[in-house]
Amino acid sequence: MSVTWITIAGLTAGTVAIKAFGPVTAGGRDLPPRALAVIALVAPALLAALVVVLTLGADRSGVTVDARGVGLLAAAACLTARLPLLVVMGAAAVATAVARALL
Amino acid sequence: MSEPGQPTAPEDAAEGEEFSYRDGMRGALPFLLPVVAVAVSFGVLAEPVIGGAASVVMSVILNAGSAQFAAVTVLAGGGGAGAAIAAGLLMNTRFLPMGLSLGPSLPGRAPLRAVQGQAVVDPTWAMANRGGGKFDRRLLIGAFLCLYSGWVTGTVIGVLAGDVIGDPATLGLDALFPAFYLMLLFAEVDAPRSAVAAVMGAAIALALLPFAPPGVPVIAATSAALIALWRR
Repeated sequence: MSVTWITIAGLTAGTVAIKAFGPVTAGGRDLPPRALAVIALVAPALLAALVVVLTLGADRSGVTVDARGVGLLAAAACLTARLPLLVVMGAAAVATAVARALL
Repeated sequence: MSEPGQPTAPEDAAEGEEFSYRDGMRGALPFLLPVVAVAVSFGVLAEPVIGGAASVVMSVILNAGSAQFAAVTVLAGGGGAGAAIAAGLLMNTRFLPMGLSLGPSLPGRAPLRAVQGQAVVDPTWAMANRGGGKFDRRLLIGAFLCLYSGWVTGTVIGVLAGDVIGDPATLGLDALFPAFYLMLLFAEVDAPRSAVAAVMGAAIALALLPFAPPGVPVIAATSAALIALWRR
């Protein structure tokens, strides 16, 4: 097997195991209230981190401020104004594309 | 429109909110185009490095965008299989907390739950989230079927037509993902505690981003959820 196929096999096996871990260990039984309270806060913490990393993350590691930040600001402005989802997404894409063309 | 997958089939409503697989697919439709665009990017980037067949196989059996980009980036830089696997798996560690939060909402025995858990990627997990730690597995799997088909199709397009179409990132479609997660965050933050968890999660990710390996900032940010243990 070449390096490529070993990579694909190893990555797939590891990913399947990672994705199975939570459903196998945390499912099928009632969890204590404290565990449920933690689980309820995973979503806001993780979503906020994804926003930061997908907007400011560089290709390998590091921080870059670029057109994506402009798109996110446009989305945030639309969300604050309570505009519908499609408007929010359209504004984010257009603002990013325009900024990318100009910067 | 702000709720991905509004209930549209009342006959499905047993008690409270109940969704169909079709609701999940419909909820994922706004993401089909951006997912295809990112997949085309992957095909364009990966084909010269690992070949067209391996690029498509990777998307078919792995279906994890950031891990695929990370692994191919390592291989392109001359790294070995071990380093490429490590980089990809580091990206995918965030599926651990996602899976743990999803677990209690999945029915069936452990093997069946493990299979359902394979449908988790960022957008499907986010769309299946009903708030308060509850998830809907039909929204998860419906969204997965929709986006998975787009991911594979986009990869094939990128591999075959990469020279012709160039990188679709210039269209600004990649910015749709953070915008969408921001929108879900607005909906999710309904109490002081969830706001604190969100701010802490963002702060941890931002603090680690300059120097930590890719994947680490997001997984570390999840620890912000532990504030639930001492603030009631």
